[in-house]
Amino acid sequence: MTMIRLDKVTKKFGTGAFALSDISLKVEKGEFVFLIGPTGSGKTTIFRLLIRDLLPTGGNIFVSDFDIVKLPHGKIPILRKKVGVVFQDLKLLTDRTIFENIILSCEIANIPKKEAIEKTHEALKRVGIIEHKEKFPVQLSGGELQRAAIARALVLSPEVVLADEPTGNLDLATSWEIVNLLSEINKKGTTIVMATHNTEIVNKMPLRIVGLDKGRIVRDEKKEEKKEDKNKK
Amino acid sequence: MVLRTTWHNIRRTPYQAFTAIFIILQTFFVVSIFALVAFGSSRIIEYFESLPQIDVFFQNEAKQEEIDSLKKQLEESGKVDKIRFVSKEEALKIYQEQNKDDPLLLELVTSDILPASFHISTFDINDISSVAESLDKSSIVERVVFPQQVISRLIQWAESLRQVGLALVVFLAIDSVLIMVIIIGIKVSYKREDIEIMRLIGASNWYIRWPFILEGVFYGIVGGVLGFGIAVGTLWYATPYLSSFLQDIPVFPIPMVFLLQALGIEVLLAIILGALSSYLAVVRYLK
Repeated sequence: MTMIRLDKVTKKFGTGAFALSDISLKVEKGEFVFLIGPTGSGKTTIFRLLIRDLLPTGGNIFVSDFDIVKLPHGKIPILRKKVGVVFQDLKLLTDRTIFENIILSCEIANIPKKEAIEKTHEALKRVGIIEHKEKFPVQLSGGELQRAAIARALVLSPEVVLADEPTGNLDLATSWEIVNLLSEINKKGTTIVMATHNTEIVNKMPLRIVGLDKGRIVRDEKKEEKKEDKNKK
Repeated sequence: MVLRTTWHNIRRTPYQAFTAIFIILQTFFVVSIFALVAFGSSRIIEYFESLPQIDVFFQNEAKQEEIDSLKKQLEESGKVDKIRFVSKEEALKIYQEQNKDDPLLLELVTSDILPASFHISTFDINDISSVAESLDKSSIVERVVFPQQVISRLIQWAESLRQVGLALVVFLAIDSVLIMVIIIGIKVSYKREDIEIMRLIGASNWYIRWPFILEGVFYGIVGGVLGFGIAVGTLWYATPYLSSFLQDIPVFPIPMVFLLQALGIEVLLAIILGALSSYLAVVRYLK
């Protein structure tokens, strides 16, 4: 089953610059895909298109059952509840605790309070920061913040998780922790698309790699799993 | 959660909250004052309207049958509510009561020189003039006295007060809405990043709007109740002075039912004003 489909998608910004040119891409349910490419290659633009933060200039986009281009404005919140996103700049609310940040997604989704609390605890346990739930974002390390952002993306058990540079500002050890965490989540059936610059991680993981450059797909390959690729770090 | 977010927003910006409450307080203080003035003026007019409005003094030669005939004519006109006949003897008693401390005046006056009279109330204050004119034409009537000018002047004043009050209230309400829009707008701008995050994780427009609208409602309720409370407190403080000034005119005490109704209506208006201002602000600033 195809979870994400981009058909000849083009995105041209007001400045006249093309962020994406005629991109076609399919991601199947349960896949883990690395989206790689230099800054400005269009990785974040793809993510923004997938959650309808932007509309394409041309082409069609489908995420799960949603036709993104034709999606009525009122249904955008429904789409965003079904697609978990780990933003490049995390986008955690600084004046709320980690617990409040995570449970916010449940409240937005109208989940009853008791169930929301359970889900939040579960997500925090899953990413390993339950002991920090009463802390504010400013009190956590970079890796812990990434885990908090992942917990928020996971709390509604989305079919797809989009992770935009989740290892961007982290040291290598912490980056591996984050990638392993995402990998575990993927093994439980969640489709994951992760944008990254981190070639070391990408090269060691036996996963599909989609390379972008200047808004075009320049590489789409799946690496075969090798024995030594396991238990990296 | 929405309520907690609302309370959080209010506590984070106490000066803006104070300004918003203060501007609504001013508006509803003026609304309350004019509501009380309108109530008082209507009581004063009612009092004057309830007094015998036309005093008709008969000539000494007037016979009782003629007086009774005139009474019948008045009753049949359909304009007259009450007619009280005061005979010469009753008039003397009233005179004696009024001048009981002045023996000289009491000695000089007998019932012969005091005229019999009618004290007439009309249903409609506007009929006073026509009834008085028709009585003046009667051959048995010596003199007609009616305080219509006083009542007309009172009505004019009450009407002018009502209009000035209404204009002032409308002006202040517009003022409040504009200031509230700016205050809530600033708060929306402060929270722009948070709002953006909420949108990205699936918040609907209404999920984002509600805390701001409830914040406006909160300012409306607090400002409205305080404005009303200060106005009633001021009135309570001034009651002894006003009572002695108004003497027999029964304006005080203001009935509790009226005060509760006024409070209810004002709080409702304050809620509408607060919610409307916030809605305009979020629509304007959340584009």
